[in-house]
Amino acid sequence: MPGADRDLARAAAEGDREAFAALLHLHYDRIFRLCFRLTGRREEAEDLTQDICLALPAKLKSFRGQARVTTWLYRIAVNAAHDRRRRDSSRTKAAEGWGDWEVNRRATARDTAAGLDWLQQSMGALPSDLRDTVALTVDGEMTHAEAAEVLGVSEGTVSWRLSEVRKRLRAMWQEETGR
Amino acid sequence: MTDPFDDLKRAFERSTPEPDVERRKANLARAQELFDRVQGAEAEQRRTDDRTNTWAGIEQGVRHMLNALTSRPVLAAAGVVAVVGLTALLVTATRNAAPPSSVVVADAGVAPELAVSPAGDPGPDRPAPAPADEHQAEPGIVQAEPPATSAREVIGARPALREATVSADGEASEVVVTEVSRPPEAPAPPGRAEQSFNTAIAALERQRESLRRQLEGLPGQGVDEASPREGEVRVAANALTVDRFSLLAASPSEPRASRVSNTEAFANEDASPVKVASEEPVSTFSIDVDTASYSVVRSSLTNGYLPAPESVRIEELVNYFPYAYPAPDEGGAPFRPTVTVSETPWNRDTLLMHIGIQGRRPATEDRPPLNLVFLVDTSGSMNQPNKLPLLVQSFRLMVGQLDPADEVAIVAYAGSAGRVLDPTPAGERGVILPALDRLHAGGSTAGAAGIQLAYRVARNMAAEGEVTRVILATDGDFNVGISDPDQLEGFIARQRDSGVYLSVLGFGRGNLDDATMQALAQNGNGQAAYIDTLAEAQKVLVDQLSGTLFPIANDVKIQVEFNPATVAEYRLIGYETRGLRREDFNNDRVDAGEIGAGHSVTAIYEVTPVGSPAVLHDALRYAGRAAEPPVAAESRAGSRELAFLRLRYKEPGEATSELIELPIARDIGQAVTDQRFAAAVAGFGQLLRESAYTGDWTWSDAIALAVANTGDDRFGYRREAVTLMRLAESLAEAE
Repeated sequence: MPGADRDLARAAAEGDREAFAALLHLHYDRIFRLCFRLTGRREEAEDLTQDICLALPAKLKSFRGQARVTTWLYRIAVNAAHDRRRRDSSRTKAAEGWGDWEVNRRATARDTAAGLDWLQQSMGALPSDLRDTVALTVDGEMTHAEAAEVLGVSEGTVSWRLSEVRKRLRAMWQEETGR
Repeated sequence: MTDPFDDLKRAFERSTPEPDVERRKANLARAQELFDRVQGAEAEQRRTDDRTNTWAGIEQGVRHMLNALTSRPVLAAAGVVAVVGLTALLVTATRNAAPPSSVVVADAGVAPELAVSPAGDPGPDRPAPAPADEHQAEPGIVQAEPPATSAREVIGARPALREATVSADGEASEVVVTEVSRPPEAPAPPGRAEQSFNTAIAALERQRESLRRQLEGLPGQGVDEASPREGEVRVAANALTVDRFSLLAASPSEPRASRVSNTEAFANEDASPVKVASEEPVSTFSIDVDTASYSVVRSSLTNGYLPAPESVRIEELVNYFPYAYPAPDEGGAPFRPTVTVSETPWNRDTLLMHIGIQGRRPATEDRPPLNLVFLVDTSGSMNQPNKLPLLVQSFRLMVGQLDPADEVAIVAYAGSAGRVLDPTPAGERGVILPALDRLHAGGSTAGAAGIQLAYRVARNMAAEGEVTRVILATDGDFNVGISDPDQLEGFIARQRDSGVYLSVLGFGRGNLDDATMQALAQNGNGQAAYIDTLAEAQKVLVDQLSGTLFPIANDVKIQVEFNPATVAEYRLIGYETRGLRREDFNNDRVDAGEIGAGHSVTAIYEVTPVGSPAVLHDALRYAGRAAEPPVAAESRAGSRELAFLRLRYKEPGEATSELIELPIARDIGQAVTDQRFAAAVAGFGQLLRESAYTGDWTWSDAIALAVANTGDDRFGYRREAVTLMRLAESLAEAE
């Protein structure tokens, strides 16, 4: 299907609204799932997906057909996730000294379903670059080379990162079971 | 053992939710609508049009930008560009009565002159960003090309604010891409990317300079009206400083730091030139008690490279060290100036005029001693520049503020678990700082009983009449030994009864669990704070640390009027970024630096006496006689005076300033150990800045002067400085 995808994206870039609609319908769920893997939170994933949808019309021009559509889309998604993280970190600040810390996500921190716990914990323990690499590759849809293209790093870096992830998860596992 | 990656995969398969149907529908519809609008409007969209529509929100956006900046320490270059952009925006925004055209050029010119690749997909020849930085370096999603237009179109609801953010983020990101983008394993020769980066830097520098001139030369502006703006530009410069500082705080593990440090150029000004006393007899500046630059220099040198000359702010090097200047009298002004005049180490034909200001020692001299236990999360997720390295740097700052009677212990959990440092008197920096430096992130968040251990240590340190506090620093992995949050809260609440306080510091974002942080701190009789930059750390850990550091004087300004009858030329060493206009001195609305209890501040002038062979300026052929008022000067009592010192300050909480005046005669006082050491540091700073004024004075001369004047050096700062000087000498020779 990559060829068909590409044609759709090209047509959409040239102003074909049906093509754009079809493209978005086709990929919406996939983008959402990636967003979830990038953020680990359902609400965040919804918001992020919205960001991407709203940015796509303007982004279309940057699709030049040299990449797979998913690669291009995922790249936009990863960038959007970074952008969102950045904004979040500038939005929340401790205003004056110790006492003024806002309790704004007390509820969400608590309601993680039991099944999510291990996942949250494992992903949470990884630095964000490793996390992003996992998010892109864990469902097996992307090759290391494609993930590398999305992340703008070399293929070797992606492979290194994934082996690093394995190493860390294993250490975590040992730590937990060892005690 | 199963492959943990497979576990992760299965967990994702189980847990990934399906998108919400309603939102899906709404998002698709919204996107389609936007698509239609973009397609329809594309032809007539021009970025200049867009620009004029958005003035209203720009100031707001600028603030937003600054916030965004400080939260992204690695993006030094972003700071740089954003500050340039900011200057332009401020000038225009506050002068919208005047035609903004020339200023717009400065701002809009950034993008084309950068000569960087467009946003979106990486072109084939765009180098791959290095692993650690690519997420910051990537252009954000709101950056479409042309950035302003489409981003605004997309965001709709908050056009102006977002656009300001975009232009800062977008351009800056691109600069960084060109700068840090080489894969670490392939040290490519300076290539096109570097050249274009340098070109961009040069262009920005030119713009910055022209903006500065515009700022200075704004005609018909009352001081009152003009000064807040200058203040804001200075704020921008400060924000940049912070960025840069936290960047370098993170540098030990960053081999690219040497190149990154190139981007620091903008945090400084050119060295103050030699002024002719008869033409410009008055020199005005704000005091600066920052020491950031020293840490930058230190981290550069200890990482094996010379700091970029621009990264050296000499006054911050000099002021890093405590000096024992005579303290003010009880009941008098909160600080006391001590001036000495002596021969310049690097020029026998000039004099160094050294102004030392000593703040009143804290009235809290008898405050109860502090016992601090740092409980530090060293799990793998802390291994990011804005987490563990920033944390260590923050604690370094804090340790510098503690009394020798205070005690510090460090407990780490996860990775290097256990007690890292037994209770140690805070004066033993030589023990505490290396222990901090030994903290390394790695491994998972272990089930080690971190918090129990911390409290145990704390209880053992506690004594009658002392304040004991556990400071928990984490990025949110709260697995400190008790996993049930309620149980954890209960534990902490019980500990509170033993008199041990708990403070929680959050670092980094991503998995920061602020709710738990807050809950813990509240239950622990303590406070929670989030440290995103070193400035925040400074504020929380230093300035507000149990009131040890009361500000005793605000808006302290120094003005020196030189006597042309005795002084031919003068030059202020450092303080380039702190200059004030002459009229700002008496304007209480113009902000300046603060002095805290016990602070000392030093300013040094190099002064060339009349008739000295060191005079650089030739006498003017035509203006010579007319510009010479020696008779008038002579007729006053000050014939032997070199200069006249005026200091203005405000008592904390006061709106009007007080004035201190002091005539400076040649024989006012001779330099002793403190002044000589300060001179050595000032000389060191000038060597680092490749100053033109130090002649053939060498690193060895600086070292010799410093070594001879380390004094009692209770905290080892001066010896550390000597080590740095030696390092600099070796590095300079190696180059």
